[in-house]
Amino acid sequence: MQQANRLRPFFENITFDRADNELILNFGPQHPSAHGQLRLMLHLQQEQITKAYPDIGYLHRGMEKMAENMIYNEFMPTTDRMDYIASSSNNYGFALAVEKLIGLEVPRRAKVIRMMLLETNRLMSHLFWLATTALDIGAMTVFLFAFREREYLMDLIEDYCGARLTHAAVRIGGVPLDLPDNFIADLRKFLDKLPENIKDYEDLLDTNRIWLMRMENVGVISKEMAQSWGCSGVMLRASGVEWDIRKEEPYELYDEVDFNVPVSDKGDNYARYKLYMAEMRESAKILYQVLDMYEGTGPELMAHAPQYISAPKIDIMTQNYSLMQHFVLVTQGMRPPVGEVYVATESPKGELGYYINSQGGAYPYRLKLRAPSFWHTGILSDLLPGHYIPDVVSIIGTTNIVFGEVDR
Amino acid sequence: MRAYTPKDDVQKKPYYTDRYWVAPQVAKSDVSEDAVFAADFEAIKAKFDVLDAYIQVGQMVIVINAADNFGVIELMKNELAYNQLSELSAIDWLAQEGKFEIFYQMLSMSKRKRVRVKCKISEKESIQSVEKLFRSADWSEREMYDMFGVVVNNHPFMKRILMPDDWEGFPLRKTYPLQGDEFAQWYEVDKLFGKEAREIIGPEIRDSARVDRYDTERFARLGHEVPRGADISQGEPDTPLCYQENEGVFMIEKFDAEKSVVISDRDR
Repeated sequence: MQQANRLRPFFENITFDRADNELILNFGPQHPSAHGQLRLMLHLQQEQITKAYPDIGYLHRGMEKMAENMIYNEFMPTTDRMDYIASSSNNYGFALAVEKLIGLEVPRRAKVIRMMLLETNRLMSHLFWLATTALDIGAMTVFLFAFREREYLMDLIEDYCGARLTHAAVRIGGVPLDLPDNFIADLRKFLDKLPENIKDYEDLLDTNRIWLMRMENVGVISKEMAQSWGCSGVMLRASGVEWDIRKEEPYELYDEVDFNVPVSDKGDNYARYKLYMAEMRESAKILYQVLDMYEGTGPELMAHAPQYISAPKIDIMTQNYSLMQHFVLVTQGMRPPVGEVYVATESPKGELGYYINSQGGAYPYRLKLRAPSFWHTGILSDLLPGHYIPDVVSIIGTTNIVFGEVDR
Repeated sequence: MRAYTPKDDVQKKPYYTDRYWVAPQVAKSDVSEDAVFAADFEAIKAKFDVLDAYIQVGQMVIVINAADNFGVIELMKNELAYNQLSELSAIDWLAQEGKFEIFYQMLSMSKRKRVRVKCKISEKESIQSVEKLFRSADWSEREMYDMFGVVVNNHPFMKRILMPDDWEGFPLRKTYPLQGDEFAQWYEVDKLFGKEAREIIGPEIRDSARVDRYDTERFARLGHEVPRGADISQGEPDTPLCYQENEGVFMIEKFDAEKSVVISDRDR
């Protein structure tokens, strides 16, 4: 939406006076600000978009098909490749869905560690979002600042599971490892500094004239539109719907921690930006509480369910029956009961759902991945018309889409 | 003779099967156990045929006739406050009963409840689009068509979404092969030059990661640099490593543990 104080396209020697001066512009699929392989076909009247057709599928790897031909545990590392910015949240969603299918209760320490992973992943994802979006708009400093903090978190995750991007840090039935020695101290050190860092970003952006021009009243999503398009996460909350799955349908320990769900009714890019910043603060708040919970937990990390979950390593190495059962579970895989389950979790991008239809076999009969970014990309076809070309970049930025997740 | 494999389901089969294994079931409970679900169920039942209804893992599942899908979802949206269609897709039961099962995953934010509406259609049938009710169905239905070949009526833009437009076959069907076509390497040669040219031209290289160490025209290896086009099939000359200290390549220094520094403080 063109504003009075905004720059208008000005062409010195060119006049667009033909009756049909529609231009069709291909945006992507290799555009640096498309955040992946997004191709947009834009119909333009001068610089204004009249129609937009998002074209996806450039990163389609057929994960649902892969899942149908794998045992359940084998699929876990594949989920990393969906939202590769915050891969533990994908791991967790899948683990939770299978646990619900089997009916498993996870030990408390595993829950605490999972909470830490989920929230550090949310921070990583939001920092990455801020960095790349700011870079698209031209704010190089924010990019460098946010990546510095994200690097620290990636190092922390690397300390925990050895990987920086594709964590595979959650297992069905628990977590594979306990926290390394300095993890809690390091995380606390990071969290202590985080408010200062967030304030730095906000000082740079909040009242920045360019940032405001690109963000305020651009990409306004109404409440009805967000609902109708199946939006979730920040995309939904920025449009005035107070809905956070962590709060409404609490999983893990989210009912024990105290946090707020920031909501805005503006629906524009700026509202989404403010929500991401507020959510980072809330994540830090959750992490502080979870760090305190760790002390009082027992040593178990995996649920005890011999039919589905391997015994701890010490049992496998010392007890014959545990070894046999581990061998069967690794070579043949677990066989969850016949039934179906849909489990939604609040990933950094929105509602990440796993639908699993099990026919009692070692492979899922059907697994549907409900990735939030899929619909956040679809909404572009309704959202972009009426906007101008530079707005496309900032709108794609604030929808926070990741193409590993859109195409699966 | 090769063992017969059924052609209606070419998915991977487990190597080991226990013929006495009886799979347990995920518990289903009656709809009446949850007051909210019971009320929704009665409201739907008053207007449409409900074939089956139960609660599984905290969500109600309602099985309806495929012809009623638009009506049921319209009722749920307008009167029962199910304001989001979170997911919509199909399951392939063609091998078992010649049908697709289509499920609509609905969410009511005011009631905090999720309901799955399911219906079945045969392979040749098509289903009514719910895009008029939920815009999110636009892309979901396109994906369902793309993956299963389920045709959706009254859809504004029924086109493949993830696969290329000219793709043949529907990837998520159980009949879709898991491996590629081994004869595809000859398609272009056969078409352009005829089968006789196969020996002269050779198969098309379809492995994008292929590296031929003896092909110095198209591949080079670090540390084994030879002139382009040199024949190294009889062995290749050694490329000695040269460091700056030995008057070799500028900028490449030999690692010296004595001179290196270990950074202990991250904020340095």
